[in-house]
Amino acid sequence: MEKTIAGKTITVNEEGYLTNFSQWDRSVAEELAKEAELTLTPRHWDVIAYLQDEHKKDSPLSIRKVGKSGVVDIKEFYALFPNAPLKTATKIAGIPKPASCI
Amino acid sequence: MKHLVILGAGTGGTMMANHLQHELNKDEWRISIIDERTEHHYQPGYLFLPFDIYEPSDIIKSIQEFIPKGIHFINEKIDKIVPTSNTILLANKEAIDYDILIIATGAKIAPEEIEGMKGELWHKSVFDFYTFEGALHLRNKLRTWEGGKMLIHITEMPIKCPVAPLEFAFLADSFFKNKHMRDKVEITYVTPLSGAFTKPKATEALEHLLTEKNINIVSDFAIESVDNDTKAIRDYGGREIPFDLLVTVPTNKGDAVIERSGLGDELNFVPTHKATLQSKDHKNIFVIGDASNIPASKAGSVAHFEAEILTENIVRFIKDEPLQEEFDGHANCFIETGNGKALLIDFNYSHEPVEGTFPFPGVGPLRLLKESRMNHMGKMAFRWIYWNMLLKGTHIPFVSTTMSESGKHF
Ligand SMILES: Cc1cc2nc3c(=O)[nH]c(=O)nc-3n(C[C@H](O)[C@H](O)[C@H](O)COP(=O)(O)OP(=O)(O)OC[C@H]3O[C@@H](n4cnc5c(N)ncnc54)[C@H](O)[C@@H]3O)c2cc1C
Repeated sequence: MEKTIAGKTITVNEEGYLTNFSQWDRSVAEELAKEAELTLTPRHWDVIAYLQDEHKKDSPLSIRKVGKSGVVDIKEFYALFPNAPLKTATKIAGIPKPASCI
Repeated sequence: MKHLVILGAGTGGTMMANHLQHELNKDEWRISIIDERTEHHYQPGYLFLPFDIYEPSDIIKSIQEFIPKGIHFINEKIDKIVPTSNTILLANKEAIDYDILIIATGAKIAPEEIEGMKGELWHKSVFDFYTFEGALHLRNKLRTWEGGKMLIHITEMPIKCPVAPLEFAFLADSFFKNKHMRDKVEITYVTPLSGAFTKPKATEALEHLLTEKNINIVSDFAIESVDNDTKAIRDYGGREIPFDLLVTVPTNKGDAVIERSGLGDELNFVPTHKATLQSKDHKNIFVIGDASNIPASKAGSVAHFEAEILTENIVRFIKDEPLQEEFDGHANCFIETGNGKALLIDFNYSHEPVEGTFPFPGVGPLRLLKESRMNHMGKMAFRWIYWNMLLKGTHIPFVSTTMSESGKHF
């Protein structure tokens, strides 16, 4: 699916996750955050950078892992990205939705 | 003589002992298997114990009954694995050297991970059914429980047999119906996932069943604590759900020996190559079953498919041949849906469970993703198959190690 956001055309899947990370930039992130009714603060950016880093290393993400990252604890992670923090944060970070293990 | 050592004599370890007994040259290789327990438990039976469908004696046999002659069984706790010197240290201070190591130490529950879970209500109003003790305490509770709010809850993924909590919910529905007290029990299924299951098509079918059986579902619930005073569970987002009876699946972790040995990830699962089952860090260490971090279901059926491929790979490793990248994450699970019926799902790393027939395309007799009595009989037969075929490493007729795509409606 194509979508125009922050003056750019991006490709997303049916759940709204970017399918091509090279189309991501900070203004795209800010627009995606708005859709989730969030305004990004420096703490949000710390988490986004961490998630993108882990994704590059191909290491599977989980709430527990984020909680143990030293970047945020789970409580703050929820405060920053309420309800389903990992899903919301990865969407804004332009990386795939973490496959919850089966 | 060279030495192959298997850590853990549960489902995966026992299967490997039986396979390798036939495959390794007895003049060159000795095989030992180590376990701290003397009992082998049929863990899928823990699901039926609380409802008085199985008795303890259906679930427990002796470990040694399934270890073939010629393999040395060591009944001791493993204290540490030292990969730099290829040594195992036992709790009794004995050291054992290995040339090849197979880790099959499984996964266990860690209720202490969540504040208040193992509190004063533990095994009184808060139960697990992933241990024998938990399932037995729950059985005793259910025999006299008069009803109220029952929560069936998953703490976090991954867990062993990820469909077991759903099966528990379905069986609870039929159990209370049969006791003519379904109207006195409000059943709610609470999950950290966004729906009943991780795979879309199966989620749809399962959620339909939950609705049909009048079971509420609360999703995306990441538990922070259990409040023993007010009897409620609370999540990080501030949501609170009250309970009279909480049946939870606590965090599942690899055994502490993995942590002591510095071999695990944040949940003590061993980083493992998902297609060869070789450990990522040490070439002469292989991992089977729940102990690995591969993205496959933690299930006995998965360990069975893994065992066939791992056996081949160990033979290749000994001959210095390249390993086969063959494991596709194949899983095959019956899902008990209550009232003498069950569903069957068959899937792998790349294909989600879909509708169709199994194992014979177009014929069955088992139906994928559809409730039937035949599937229920399959689930009940699984116990016999487990003790008499699976553990002994016998190939199950008509069921292939890698998943078959025919007869399925993708
Ligand atoms: C409630 C429930 C229902 C299930 N239902 C199904 C089902 O329907 N179908 C299905 O296919 N699977 C099911 N499973 C999953 C299945 O039981 C497991 O996936 C399977 O047993 C895993 O085998 P394993 O060899 O990896 O571990 P296990 O069989 O758990 O064996 C591990 C062994 O290692 C030993 N060990 C661990 N650490 C040490 C140590 N430090 N020192 C010495 N010994 C040690 C333990 O004593 C144990 O004997 C279910 C599980 C549960 C809990």
